[in-house]
This record gives sequence, C-alpha cells and structure tokens, in this order.
Amino acid sequence: MNCDQAQPLIAAHADGELDTVRMLEMEVHLSTCPACSQAWRELQQLQQAVRQESLYHPAPNALRRRVLAELKAQTRPARERSFGSWFRLAPAVSGVAVLSLAVMLTVTMNRPSAHDQLVQELVSNHIRSLMANHTLDVVSTDQHTVKPWFNGRVDFAPPVKDLAAQGFPLIGGRLDYAHNRTVAALVFQRNKHFINVFIWPSSEASAAPTPDSVRQGFHLIHWSQDGMTYWAVSDLNETELLEFAWDFAG
Amino acid sequence: MEERERLQAFEQTVLPHLDAAHNLARWLAGNDQDAQDVAQEACLRAFKFFGSFRGDNPRAWLLSIVRNTFYTWLRKNRPAAATVALDDEALEVADPGAAGEALQLRQGDAEAVRRAIAALPVEFREVIVLREMEAMSYKDIASLAEVPIGTVMSRLARARKLLHKQLAREYAAGGPS
Repeated sequence: MNCDQAQPLIAAHADGELDTVRMLEMEVHLSTCPACSQAWRELQQLQQAVRQESLYHPAPNALRRRVLAELKAQTRPARERSFGSWFRLAPAVSGVAVLSLAVMLTVTMNRPSAHDQLVQELVSNHIRSLMANHTLDVVSTDQHTVKPWFNGRVDFAPPVKDLAAQGFPLIGGRLDYAHNRTVAALVFQRNKHFINVFIWPSSEASAAPTPDSVRQGFHLIHWSQDGMTYWAVSDLNETELLEFAWDFAG
Repeated sequence: MEERERLQAFEQTVLPHLDAAHNLARWLAGNDQDAQDVAQEACLRAFKFFGSFRGDNPRAWLLSIVRNTFYTWLRKNRPAAATVALDDEALEVADPGAAGEALQLRQGDAEAVRRAIAALPVEFREVIVLREMEAMSYKDIASLAEVPIGTVMSRLARARKLLHKQLAREYAAGGPS
C-alpha cells in the first residue's frame, strides 16, 4: 500500500471500518510512512478530544422521570381501577359469588372501555359538527369574543386562544356534549381542515399533548393541564395536529 | 399486547438509550430546554410506534426518531435554519495535513472542543455525534440519516477537517482560556 492508496482510508481505519486484509496493510504502511502516520495521530487526537466524557450530555433525571410519568399516564387503561377493586374483593366472597363475579367480569371485559366510548363519542361529535352545518354557535376569530360567550353557558372558563400566527386561525366555538356532560368546543382551521378542541374540567394530572388514537381517519390528540382536559380531533395529519396541540398547550 | 406489558418491554428495550437520545437532541438543538422537549417528544413517539419496531438495534431506532423529531421541531421553530442548504464549496477547507500543524490537545480543552462542535453545520454535527460519541458504524449512520454511506464518509471527513481547523485556530490564538 502506498500513500495514495492509504490516505483515503485513514479515516475508515480509525473508524474500524476496514476489512482485516486492508487493516493489516494499513498498519504496515503507517509504520513506515511519517506523513500518513502523522495524519493518523492527528485524527486519533481529534477523536479523543470529541469523545471526552464532559462533552456527553446524559439525560437529566427530571427528563427520565417526566418521560416515565407520561408513558404511565398513557397506558393506564380506564377500566384498570375498577378491575383492581374487584380482584381485591374476590378472596373474601364465597364460591357462588366468585362465579357470578366471573360472569360480571366477562361482561365488563367485552364491553368497550370507557376510553373507547369517549373516543367514539368525540369523533361522532366532530363529524356531526361538520355535517349539520352547525359547526359553530359563536362565529368569531376574536378570542375576546369567543371566551366571554361561554360565560353562563358552561360552569367553567375554557382557555380560548387564537393561533392564526401559527397557521391555525380560530373560527369560533360552540357547546357540545361528551363524557356525560356539557363541554366547550373550539373550532380552528388549517387550510381546508377543521379541528375541534373539546374542553372540560378534570382532575387528571397534567400530561403533554400525545397522539391518542385514530378512528375512521380522524386523529385524536389528548392532553391535560391546569385542571382541564383537552381533546383535539381532526382529519389533519397527525404531525400537524400535534403541532397544533403543542401550540395550544404552550 | 397488553398496554402494561408493552410499557414494560419499552422500558427494558428502548428507555436504556435515553442518555443517547438526550445527547443527540442536546447537540442538535443546542440548548437544554429544547433538547429535553425534543428527547421527550421522541420517546413518546417511539412508544407509540413501538409495535412496529422489528430491528435488533433499539438505540439506532430511537435515535432516528430523535433526529426526525428534531427536524420537525426545527422546521416549525427555526424555519430559516431548516432551509439552509449545505453549500459544499463554502465548507471546503484546506487539507490540515498540508498545513502541517499538529493539534496538541491538552487537558481542559473540552470547552474549545465543545465550541468547535457546536459551530459545525447541523448535518456535520450529527455524523460527528453518532460516530464519535455513539460509536455507530457508517452503515447504521447512513440508514439513520437516510443518506448513502459515501455521504456519511464525506460529511465525516469534512466535519473533521472543520473541527481540526477550528481547534488549530483556537490554539494559535493562545489556547483556550
């Protein structure tokens, strides 16, 4: 191997990407060629410099905790808690009761979960709002008009934001019904797509916007903050809907 | 798979690479807050798509999601930075071998090296981080960055030349403070 052959391979050698034959040829060449061995040493020094431990940024503990908390919040099934209490009761009851309990559990398991029902309900609300030409009760791009409109119509004050600057102009609001209660719905637009944001008070822990599910081509993103729960529903693609949710939550 | 089992599998397979995810996000985003946002978002996305993970390299898989999350974030938050095309000519640098200057790296030079890496264009920074800090192979970097292996090699070579040049300049100016 001569210098012309060796030089282009010095980096691959340092990166451990040469096959055994070339690697051995390279080492022979480096041991005899001052110019190439100088380049080799410089490259190794540079590698050592970049690999210094103090330049590595391990994840802070706070991030680790937050990620775990988010993931746990996402995976907690709605029916888990009621199951838990049934199972705790089970050892205390008689054989006959256990049998009837088993029947009840089977019935519970075959029923759609509360989460599935809610998702279906929100998607239906979204579709209905588009079909019935009844998207809005208050038509306004002004958050200061839309926000007071909810006063006296719902027993909470939904945060209303205009995200026109981010490309999601507010077009209005309305009342809707979901989760066995009256909820606020805000409507935003992106190009030809509508986004419904359903809002109601909840004791859920704060959780960042997260894609929850896809139903009939509609994406649902869910988040919670400051004692309110939020569901954004749209036929917009998930990336843009998530962007929207982050803009709204942020 | 039950949600709880899925989470457990994810915790055991993917989350051990949270350090790598954060390190890449930190070097790409350039500050702590954005890095944490990007790393967290990437983890949540990874979990969402965990069902589709089939490979044997969960770290490379997670890092590719970090990278995509970062570029989405960049387009949204720094549209100007995201549209800057790499101008190969402008980044052409003299062959450091020809200049003949040896880098005498000393202890305590980490700050100078940090500045030099941070000053690299983002496409170069990512290959340096993946190759040097994560010890990834050319092939894995290529598939992660969605470019041919030859491009990985040329980016790595340019990145190293730029780093070398920058560090040589710092030392010529009297060394890092």
